[in-house]
Amino acid sequence: MLMIITALSAGAIFGAGLALAGMLNPAKVVGFLDIFGMWDPSLGLVMAGGILVNATGHYFVMKRHRPVFNTRFELPTSNHIDRPLLTGSAIFGISWGLAGYCPGPVVASLLLQPADMLPFLVTLLAGAFAGRWLRS
Amino acid sequence: MEIAWAEFTPVASFAGGAMIGLAALFLMLFSGRVMGMSGILSGLLVKRPDWAWRLAFVIGVIVGPFLFMGLTGAPVERQAVISGPLLYVAAFLVGLGTAVGSGCTSGHGICGLSRFSLRSLAAVMAFMVSAVITVALIRFLG
Repeated sequence: MLMIITALSAGAIFGAGLALAGMLNPAKVVGFLDIFGMWDPSLGLVMAGGILVNATGHYFVMKRHRPVFNTRFELPTSNHIDRPLLTGSAIFGISWGLAGYCPGPVVASLLLQPADMLPFLVTLLAGAFAGRWLRS
Repeated sequence: MEIAWAEFTPVASFAGGAMIGLAALFLMLFSGRVMGMSGILSGLLVKRPDWAWRLAFVIGVIVGPFLFMGLTGAPVERQAVISGPLLYVAAFLVGLGTAVGSGCTSGHGICGLSRFSLRSLAAVMAFMVSAVITVALIRFLG
């Protein structure tokens, strides 16, 4: 139950943060990527704010032996830079530049514009399913 | 390069970013999980015992923008860049690319970089470069 309340709260802070940051506006996201046109540097500050807070906090959190409500920290163990990592990320980059949506804002926009975002999320999940199958 | 000063929102974007970082930190401190949206979503596609917190996180993310609107009284500005079939091609590729590449802007970008993971740094460089090239190509060809 505590894990569920934690996840719900973290999700709500994430969703509200995305809205405040301007990440729910695809035109603004593409404006950040448009460095050869009219460049809007705002999203660089989203990254900077997020990493500053998370990296500082992470340093102290890792001094603990375990999370407050769980038995262990479940961190990715692989440090291998392989072809799926780079190809997959490059494919994601193409779609991010094309539509201005990464997964967080898709979920956060779901009820703001359900007529577009619900089919978008279903299609995204179909792509994720295909990706999992390709990788296995 | 020209800076779009009229569009630039340094304070809101930095503060929103800090909230995103806080959310990631909160999830790690209390649950020990990485706040990667693509991973949390795709974990819901397979039968796993830990679906409940994933679903709770998703519900939180959906509710979040409404909390923002309720607390600030400001609307969430949204302006699409593409529509029609191409939008759904992009949707499919977002899912495919993040599944094959094991993460997205939140998992690799906010969480991976905060742990100084070289693997995440490589992923972020790959999607940033390809996104910038995509936007540049659309600008010069379209």
